Amino acid sequence: MYDTLLLLALLGLPFAGAIAAGLLPTRARNVASALAGAVALAGLSLVWAAYPIVSAGGVLRADFAWMPMLGLHFVLRLDGFAWLFAGVVTGIGALVVLYARYYMSSDDPVPRFFAFLLAFMGAMMGVVVSGNLLQLAFFWELTSLFSFLLIGYWHHTAAARDGARMALTITASGGLALFAGVLVLGHITGSYDLEVVLAAGDRIRAHPLYLPALVLILLGALTKSAQFPFHFWLPHAMAAPTPVSAYLHSATLVKAGIFLMARLWPAMAGTEAWFLIVGTAGLVTLLVGAYVAIFQHDLKGLLAYSTISHLGLITLLLGLNSKLALVAAVFHVLNHAAFKASLFMAAGIIDHETGTRDIRRLSGLNRPMPFTARLALVAAAAMAGVPLLNGFISKEMFFAEALSAEAPLPGLLNLLPLAALLASAFSVTYSLRFIHGAFFGPDPVDLPRQPHEPATWMRFPVEILVLACIMVGLLPAATVGPFLDVAVRAVLGPEVPYYSLTVWHGFNLPLLMSVVALAGGVALYRLLQRRLRSGAEGPPLLRRLQGQRIFERTMVFLSWRLARRLEGFLGTRRLQPQLRLIVAVAILAGAGAAWLRGVGPGNLPASPVDPVLALLWMVGGICAIGAAWQAKYHRLAAVILVGGVGLIVCVTFVWFSAPDLALTQLTVEVVTTVLLLLGLRWLPKRFQTPGERGPEVLTRTRRLRDLALAVAAGGGLAALSYAVMTRTPPDLLARDFLARAYTEGGGTNVVNVILVDFRGFDTLGEIFVVAAVALATYALLRRFRPAPDSVELPEQQRDQQETDTLQPERGESGRVADWLMVPFVLTRLVFPVMLLVAVFLLLRGHDLPGGGFSAGMVVAIAIIMLYMIGGTDWTEDRLRLRPHLWIGTGLLLATGTGLAAWAFGHPFLTSYFAYLDLPFIGKVPAASALLFDIGVFILVVGATLLMLVALAHQSVRGHRATPRPPPAPVARERTPVTAAGED
Amino acid sequence: MELVASLGIGVLAGSGVWLLLRPRTFQVIIGLSLLSYAVNLFIFSTGGLRSGAAAILEPGEAGSIAQYTDPLPQALVLTAIVISFATTALLLVVLLAARGLTGTDHVDGRERDR
Repeated sequence: MYDTLLLLALLGLPFAGAIAAGLLPTRARNVASALAGAVALAGLSLVWAAYPIVSAGGVLRADFAWMPMLGLHFVLRLDGFAWLFAGVVTGIGALVVLYARYYMSSDDPVPRFFAFLLAFMGAMMGVVVSGNLLQLAFFWELTSLFSFLLIGYWHHTAAARDGARMALTITASGGLALFAGVLVLGHITGSYDLEVVLAAGDRIRAHPLYLPALVLILLGALTKSAQFPFHFWLPHAMAAPTPVSAYLHSATLVKAGIFLMARLWPAMAGTEAWFLIVGTAGLVTLLVGAYVAIFQHDLKGLLAYSTISHLGLITLLLGLNSKLALVAAVFHVLNHAAFKASLFMAAGIIDHETGTRDIRRLSGLNRPMPFTARLALVAAAAMAGVPLLNGFISKEMFFAEALSAEAPLPGLLNLLPLAALLASAFSVTYSLRFIHGAFFGPDPVDLPRQPHEPATWMRFPVEILVLACIMVGLLPAATVGPFLDVAVRAVLGPEVPYYSLTVWHGFNLPLLMSVVALAGGVALYRLLQRRLRSGAEGPPLLRRLQGQRIFERTMVFLSWRLARRLEGFLGTRRLQPQLRLIVAVAILAGAGAAWLRGVGPGNLPASPVDPVLALLWMVGGICAIGAAWQAKYHRLAAVILVGGVGLIVCVTFVWFSAPDLALTQLTVEVVTTVLLLLGLRWLPKRFQTPGERGPEVLTRTRRLRDLALAVAAGGGLAALSYAVMTRTPPDLLARDFLARAYTEGGGTNVVNVILVDFRGFDTLGEIFVVAAVALATYALLRRFRPAPDSVELPEQQRDQQETDTLQPERGESGRVADWLMVPFVLTRLVFPVMLLVAVFLLLRGHDLPGGGFSAGMVVAIAIIMLYMIGGTDWTEDRLRLRPHLWIGTGLLLATGTGLAAWAFGHPFLTSYFAYLDLPFIGKVPAASALLFDIGVFILVVGATLLMLVALAHQSVRGHRATPRPPPAPVARERTPVTAAGED
Repeated sequence: MELVASLGIGVLAGSGVWLLLRPRTFQVIIGLSLLSYAVNLFIFSTGGLRSGAAAILEPGEAGSIAQYTDPLPQALVLTAIVISFATTALLLVVLLAARGLTGTDHVDGRERDR
């Protein structure tokens, strides 16, 4: 419980703080920074509270079932190694917050800054305390995302936007690779749990998928830690506010890659591939970063490249496959975090107080800002590896490792000490440049601001960090020793090799190398004076090596040229080619499958052909082809022919023992036909003029091609259906449904039981779709404007009115418009009968063919018949229809039936059934599924009516839009309106 | 019998595809209707075509596939019928609105450039 609470608080606090900070008003700088500081300090004290357990070799662990069926758990886990990083994240976080309070201008929306910073802290904490690799990958991407927001905080500058985008693209792509790698790793070990994976090191290394997993995971780690060749995003990220650089780009974000490599070190390191990839990347980064850093003119740029170089050093140490090197790597992570964060802060102070970070413009700041100068001096000396400071000790360890490394390539190993020496000399040079360039020399001239010491509290975090550098440098074993030990033991287990944390190891080779590096660095700085003063941009030799340019070219190519070319090649805004492509691909896919696996008649003998059905289908085929033939010029004929096909389909359903389908098909057929008829009125007239010139050659070719496609599709589907029908159908689900329909669903109509009970959730989704379609139809038609040539009354209606006007003597009952009197009376008589039929269908649906869909359709048909025969106005005067209300009620009832199951402690849509004895009616199945079906029924009525009525109303609106004809002499208060279907 | 049914499905599908590739919206809507008949019949046929099989269970009895029709394709097709009705309605309204806005019933909203 203690573990759980502590870990949850550690992870949750920063996120909660982020949300709180995000809600603060824009100008609340002090409140936001106090909040952020409190969160960071609370985190730090939580980390400290965990120390007793962790230092005793214990592990805090909290396990939450997430998807236990898939073996996925949300695991928080804090061992010594994670503890050390958690301490860095919260500790440096607290210092950065204090610094940022003074650094950020009150003109900036500071609460947002702190919200991002805290969220980043939470994400970083998530990476550190994840006990599950998938979860780690998730938080990993989250850190990329928040670093994007932080780098782009000053989004009004192009540099910030570009830097943020570049950082996100590189690190998030790396994160995707990491995710893939984690999946492979999970596949190898069978678990994503960190402890399982760490314990399975031998199995992982021996597995054939080891190399892919390694490459993918390292892609993630190396991009995040800005290793060559992915290093170039880090200098561009310097467009971020300096507190961000101090936090993300020295202590936390870029160390995430290091963290991951060290975390998985027991599971994945120790192979030749690891040495080659990690070691080489580290070595190249170490040298290139240090070399380029010398020639940077921007203070932060210099620090960025030096960070790259130091990250390379740590990576190289991890790549050496030696336990002592791992100790040195972890130690250097701490040291680097301390001195680099303080140097970034110092650079920020200089920028803040002078208005520039350009070394060429700065000089002699030692006089106006003596305290800052001394702090920076110590920190830079630590970076250069000057004795009695923390950097010196880890550098000595590095030299010792470089001298004693064992690895498969002897050539590379001989180079290693030399490379280490060279990189150290470079680091001396750039440290010297930082200090000498900014603080010494003549008084500065022409600075944007008059330099002076910063606010005391702004310097405070630097002081703390520099103090740490000195203390660790003087008394390493007494200060950082226990913590380092805890961390290293968590990674390496009990067999931690002996290492000595002392300043003085006697006169040995590493010491000699240190002295040589110091001297060499100073000499190099003197030698380079003229070049550096000349102010030339970029380092010599490597100027052309610009990862950024390659990156940008790639981005332009991918997101612009390639996309455009692909669009030009494949894209079209025309529907026909798209549909043609879809059909062609479908045919090809089917043909390909048939080609590969073969298709042919199955095992069942074909049943004898019934002449009646054959005749019916002959009619059906003729109807279909006729509809295809006539749909262009004779739309009404096409609608009728399609209706014919529908009827044949309906008969086929009856024939092959599917009464429910037949019933639904029949009712849907009627409604669809009415809908299409209502729509015909608004389509343009198209006449086939006799003697017209035949279609052009191009059109004819197109038609031939389409015909070929249609024949291929039809033939293919026919062959496929034949092959399917002559095989024994699989009955797995059918058997299950048939066996359980009555005993568990309480109905004998299995189809209906499936719809309202077994697969009730599908039906619920479906009725939501129907409701959405109905509302969309309604909304579209509300804004409907008919085309100008469809506005005037159709010819037939004009004729009617004209006749009525010309022959007033025929009287009211003899009007042409009322010629449908007999059907009108019949419809009114049939109306209640139809409603009764609907209720009948609804109630018996669970046991006999029927159900909510067909019953709802029947009601809708009954009402639309009134509309068609009686006219819109007549019907609406007598029936108050509120289709929206019906839709809402239906949805509520259906969903409510589902929800009611919760009240009884069952899953959503669990149904209950019993048979009730009602007087007069008899035994009625009273399943809760019936209620659900009633909901479906109400919805179908509402939705269908809404569509039909909305469309039917267009005729009325269309008439009203036109100037009314002069009032007919026949007295009648309403204009006769017939449904558009008559047109 | 299977031959008749599959030929019927083929003819329906072919006519539907032909209409689907035509330039007028009304043709497309009719084509979709025909195509959905064909596909519904096809799905239905995966349960096997049996005339005279019982579709309704005897009360109190657990049915078996030997005497009863396969209810699963039927349930699927029933859903498909309703959904295809909804799409037809939506398509119809969209094409009417497009015709009102653009003045043409070409599927692209403008006549093909000649």
